[in-house]
Amino acid sequence: MRDYPAPIEDPATKPFWQAARGGVLLLGWCRDTGRHFWPPRPISPFTLTANTETRPASGQGNVYTFTVMRIADPYIPAFVELAEGPRIFTNLVDVAPEAVSIGMGVALRWIPTEGAPLPGFAPA
Amino acid sequence: MSLNGRACIAGAFEHPTRKAEHASVAQLHAEVAAGALADAGLTAADVDGYFCAGDAPGMGPLSMADYLGLDRLRHLDSTDIGGSSYLAHVAHAAAAIALGRCDVALVTLAGRPRSEGQATGTAARAQNPTVPDDAFELPFGRTVAAAYAMVAMRHMHEYGTTAEQLAWIKVAASQHAQHNPHAMLKKPVTVADVLASPLVADPLHRLDCCVISDGGGALIVTRPEIAHSLKRPVVTLRGTGEAVKHQSGGYPDLTFSGARASGARAFAEAGVTPADIQYASIYDSFTITVLVQLEDLGFCAKGQGGRFVADGNLISGVGRLPFNTDGGGLCNNHPANRGGITKVIEAVRQLRHEAHPAVQVPGCTLALAHGTGGLLAHRHGSATLILERTA
Repeated sequence: MRDYPAPIEDPATKPFWQAARGGVLLLGWCRDTGRHFWPPRPISPFTLTANTETRPASGQGNVYTFTVMRIADPYIPAFVELAEGPRIFTNLVDVAPEAVSIGMGVALRWIPTEGAPLPGFAPA
Repeated sequence: MSLNGRACIAGAFEHPTRKAEHASVAQLHAEVAAGALADAGLTAADVDGYFCAGDAPGMGPLSMADYLGLDRLRHLDSTDIGGSSYLAHVAHAAAAIALGRCDVALVTLAGRPRSEGQATGTAARAQNPTVPDDAFELPFGRTVAAAYAMVAMRHMHEYGTTAEQLAWIKVAASQHAQHNPHAMLKKPVTVADVLASPLVADPLHRLDCCVISDGGGALIVTRPEIAHSLKRPVVTLRGTGEAVKHQSGGYPDLTFSGARASGARAFAEAGVTPADIQYASIYDSFTITVLVQLEDLGFCAKGQGGRFVADGNLISGVGRLPFNTDGGGLCNNHPANRGGITKVIEAVRQLRHEAHPAVQVPGCTLALAHGTGGLLAHRHGSATLILERTA
């Protein structure tokens, strides 16, 4: 696997990355609309209020779209549609590019970095 | 207030360089400013409005006004929506002119990514700790090529669009570029050539990507009375539209672009339809950019872009919608990694009937220019202009 840089944490995202260290993928939840949002943030992107919380994701989803970056060490950027609804930008890991297709089921697979792990996905 | 008829593009200039090893970015801005003013028949002393975006060095209009020696400025705008900025600048200049806040607006763009050796499309950038999405995107190797390739992949999945159809867009651009002595890639290519070029980000091949070039361009926007007093053909602004498309809180739909909104606004303001457009400058950072924008602007139905661009339909003298007759970003020039200004410049050439004779649209009086800036998948700006030759 390629070397993944650590995500830079800020005061608003620190709780998300702390949960990631414990293996939990948190989504934003807007209490005003009853909808998940991504990326997590203290202010709802739907209503611009602080009436928000975070909720753990199931980690299940399917591939909405992807590509293969054909550099010396190829990798697979993708948008994964989570079971909860949001489509999140990620990488597909532990899978050969030829084996990936849109719609295939995937599950959360944390990608280690020197800091917090990144939410990657692998075939379910 | 409608901007229809409130301003004209009186000057346009594209820097001839494609590799500026021995010029600074500020110098390139100055050279294109001088070129556009000379084209219009005006001087720097006439300029009282100035527009630039993130490619300008230093603190945008402050640094550039100083460098360019502009001392009559009373209106400034540094709106930055990537490569679409300069089309937005034209609209903003028209609004400022209509409000009496300036009379002669100068818009400049310049940069030298080629000389600086930037891996523009394929390198992931470093995270900026203040940009909220960076930590969730850049560690995953978010690149410009990937952001457009993922749109192409979804388009193929939803609508059956093929790599061959995308390749036709490059073929059309290359047919035009062969007549442009300044174009970076002057050799016509075939669909087979595009498909045989290496994959950069599936399904996009190297020849689906625009060039990386140094250079720049500038425009002069002025009030109609001034434009009519000058010696050049009068190109009048008929319609303008802007839009931003983003991830909508985690629910992005990658099948369409901001052009759907910006185009509708521009057509409504102009009071014309896509069928009326005789020439179109369509932002072409990648072939897929063109295809999605053509659909969203209404030149064909959603999902029909592949069929629309195939078989030379974008080639001047051959197809129904001549596009990017300078060779576009795909073959001619994509200065500073931002192609918006060259889109306007070629539209002005067409309306003045000053495009190369081999690609000039006969009797061209109504043209559209459209830009997309940023990342098609993640977040981007859109700006559309509709221009008419009126004298």
